[in-house]
Amino acid sequence: MTRYRSVLKTAAAAFILSTAAGSLPAAAEGLLFWSTQARPVEESQAMREQVLSDFGQEVDYQPQDPGPYITRLQAELEAGEGTIDVLGGLHGDFASVGDGLADLSGVDLGGAKISDTFMEVAKLGGDTQKYIPWMQATYVMAANKKALEYLPEGADVNALTYDQLIAWAAAMGEATGSPKFGIPAGPKGLKHRFIQGYLYPSFTDSMVTKFRSAEAEAMWNTFKDLWAHTTPASTNYAFMQEPLLSEEVWVAFDHTARLAEAFNQRPDDFIAFPAPAGPTGRGFMPVVAGVAVPTTAPDMASSKELVSYMMKPETQIATLKATNFFPVIDVELPDDLPAAVQISGAAIAAQASSADANPGLLPIGLGELGGKFSQVYTDTFERIVLAGQDVRAVLDEQAEALKAIMDEAGAPCWAPDEPSEGACPVE
Amino acid sequence: MQARALPYLLLLPATVFLALFFLYPFFQVALESVTNEEGFTFEHFGTMAGHWKFNSALWNTFLLAMVAVPLQVGLSLFMASIVTKMNTGRDVILYIWTIPLGISDLAAGIIWLAILEQNGFFNSLFVGLGLMEQPATILGYQNKWLLFMAVVLAEVWRATAIVLVILVAGMGLIPKEYNEAAEVFGASPWKRFFKVTLPLLRPSLQTALILRTILAFEVFAVVAALAGTNLPVLMGETYQWQFALQDRKVAAAYAMVILGISIAFTVFFLWALRVPKEAQT
Amino acid sequence: MNNSMTSAKRWLWGAVIAILCLWVLVPIYLIIVNTLSSPAEVAGYPKRFWPSFDMESVQFFMGFQGVLDALWNSILVALVTMILSIGLGAPAGYALARFDFPGKNLFRIMVLMTRAFPLPLLALPLAVLFIRTGLDDTIIGLALVHTVLALPFAILITSSLFMGIPFELEEAAWTLGCTRFQAFRKAVLPLVFPGIAASAVFAFVISWNEVFAAAVLTIENRTLTAFLMQSLDESPLHLKFAGGTVLVLPALIFLFAVRKYLFAMWGIANR
Repeated sequence: MTRYRSVLKTAAAAFILSTAAGSLPAAAEGLLFWSTQARPVEESQAMREQVLSDFGQEVDYQPQDPGPYITRLQAELEAGEGTIDVLGGLHGDFASVGDGLADLSGVDLGGAKISDTFMEVAKLGGDTQKYIPWMQATYVMAANKKALEYLPEGADVNALTYDQLIAWAAAMGEATGSPKFGIPAGPKGLKHRFIQGYLYPSFTDSMVTKFRSAEAEAMWNTFKDLWAHTTPASTNYAFMQEPLLSEEVWVAFDHTARLAEAFNQRPDDFIAFPAPAGPTGRGFMPVVAGVAVPTTAPDMASSKELVSYMMKPETQIATLKATNFFPVIDVELPDDLPAAVQISGAAIAAQASSADANPGLLPIGLGELGGKFSQVYTDTFERIVLAGQDVRAVLDEQAEALKAIMDEAGAPCWAPDEPSEGACPVE
Repeated sequence: MQARALPYLLLLPATVFLALFFLYPFFQVALESVTNEEGFTFEHFGTMAGHWKFNSALWNTFLLAMVAVPLQVGLSLFMASIVTKMNTGRDVILYIWTIPLGISDLAAGIIWLAILEQNGFFNSLFVGLGLMEQPATILGYQNKWLLFMAVVLAEVWRATAIVLVILVAGMGLIPKEYNEAAEVFGASPWKRFFKVTLPLLRPSLQTALILRTILAFEVFAVVAALAGTNLPVLMGETYQWQFALQDRKVAAAYAMVILGISIAFTVFFLWALRVPKEAQT
Repeated sequence: MNNSMTSAKRWLWGAVIAILCLWVLVPIYLIIVNTLSSPAEVAGYPKRFWPSFDMESVQFFMGFQGVLDALWNSILVALVTMILSIGLGAPAGYALARFDFPGKNLFRIMVLMTRAFPLPLLALPLAVLFIRTGLDDTIIGLALVHTVLALPFAILITSSLFMGIPFELEEAAWTLGCTRFQAFRKAVLPLVFPGIAASAVFAFVISWNEVFAAAVLTIENRTLTAFLMQSLDESPLHLKFAGGTVLVLPALIFLFAVRKYLFAMWGIANR
């Protein structure tokens, strides 16, 4: 029985080896870019190879799920020292750690013009520039060209209404035997944005104040009608590009970056078009991602340099190609853009410039309550639409939850709601 | 005197280690679940229990553990007794049966999603063979039982292997003479299994049951992959509160509930499957 | 196989074994089919049941920056975890099996608590502790956390193994003039060694597959799981499957390499 002895020796050798390896000082490998954006492996690879490779120093781009992202960041802030140099994230990813973000107002933006609204939002309700808007996107509709023959008579795909969408979805379902309309209602899908930024502004001209109004009740009933012609597999979808490519779904709503694969793989088979309009206009929601620097960044000067590099026109165009997020600065777009950018770019322009456009902004001033805010809309959806509970009763209950969140945050209203004194009221 | 100190000396390294790397962070989190700015409070448990998903999360988690764990143990006992009777090819068969050991729950979720999704292999096969007219929606929200079965299937596939290894290791230590003696006295194979193998297997069975039950209460990745939020479970809700809703205190309350249930089951198994002192040889 | 079996019984026997093998293998085969198919085939319907050997997805991962480093880190972390959990766990397992002492059940419950409490919640205080003590972003630091996860397995499995070994065996060795330690080493260890190897394999696999702590606690010394898995969930389908396979294969190869230790216990059963 000498076998185990030789194993023990091997194990001991491995232990010593790894201890040696583990105690080596970590080699300085450039700047750590900690981000919740460009997570799909292809996009993060493109960020590394096409966007960040031209920055003078080496950059280690690390995309993270929100869990590890926030845990690591909070730990570094709590310990008072860290390794993260630059943060990339959505507005909501920054809101809960506002105190740990360095003031970026001194960063050289190279004369880039960024929308004042975006810059103001990025102060997180304080006086200092907590993050710099980095890139933007929005949500649009996509359709397989096969679906177009079922469009209801007289409907213009570029000026659709929700009633026409329902009729369209019904016609497709009838003709093919199974529903062909889909929304990203899976756990990682962005369905709450569809409710907050598209349905509510289109039906109530509000996102918060009229949460439980009669108009909202009518809206939820319309949503239930739409859901009757929506594929039930929607509750598994995170990215609509996949069901579109497999033709499980013919018409879909999603984030432009989450439709990109469909347009890129088969540009001739798919079209993009604006979201539908309701009684109070064509609601839509822009999405802004930003870059920030934690106060614990080991090399503040280099961090700020990277932030200003991200805002250069060339970098912004490279970022667009890598992630399908559009520049936040005024910049001439080249002709050699990927199909997805061209197709969705046209739809975004049509959506924003339509006569009845009614933009709803991302929640402002909610801080760490942003997650709970969205959860109110998700819960309402799951209870009314999926579980079939009584619309009025659910709205009344969820309105209390929403009111508690608004009161706790003390956040004034944002578009499309009228500006308010103090916390945005829930009527 | 030295003999009395020996067990404590043997436990010392593990205890110090766990105190440092488990108990210390654990108490920090546990404290969060019962305090607010003013001091001691149960409000986070109240928030947790008042949420409309709490009851179904609790119920689903229980049900999953109650269905999946007995299936896993039963199947492993069956597989282990097959293996004990084999003479040739045992290594190969055991290797194959324990392959899922190496597969993480995330990967297992991906694998079963590929099979059960609407465009997956299951529908391709059954429609291809003409057994079904249309691809079926197995993972839809309407049929919770189908969803539940899918999760059970994936859990049994993934986690039976660990029970199998523990039981096989235990069976290997049962002296052959016991079974041979029983055979001489004319006991049927069934009787030998229930009267000889099973009682002697008690320590391993206890270990396997405790570990599997605890892990079953932490089920998350497979459920998330297959059922999304349509089949809420305790661990999924914990994640949701910790990271999406950023309320660490309510998340800590959920974690305490998971811990409490797990300890209750552990104590139960320790008692129910205890090895009486006089039976220890 | 037993000679007294009739051929019908033998046939049934073989069929049962074959079905159980298929039950394990077919799902793995299917994910490999998906890995070796083109993106269009992976998204398409109906699926084919044999691969078209389109290597695009696999090549993507092979070209991924830093895959080899991450692979090496994963192996190191898993090896250290394996050694730590057996080194700490086997003595404790022996104590639980051989002695009755006050506090025994308390210790057992503390050990099990580590498995019953969600790790992602512990990651924050641990990360703060590690950053302050310089354990952050080291192989050892991550292995310590993985050992917390693997230790309950090591302790419980080894203790149930020691329980299965007659105490008389050790006593006999004492009467032959061995010290307690010698008796353990010469009479007990050879018998439980395969079982210990099996729990070491668990420790290895647990560490290999752990994502969350790895993502939070390593930056430059990233493990393969943390490297690939964190973003896999949101990647296009074909890459999801390819990434899944890339993760599963090394663990399978490892299990294959150590299978003789894992199942050498059969030699003992026939003692």
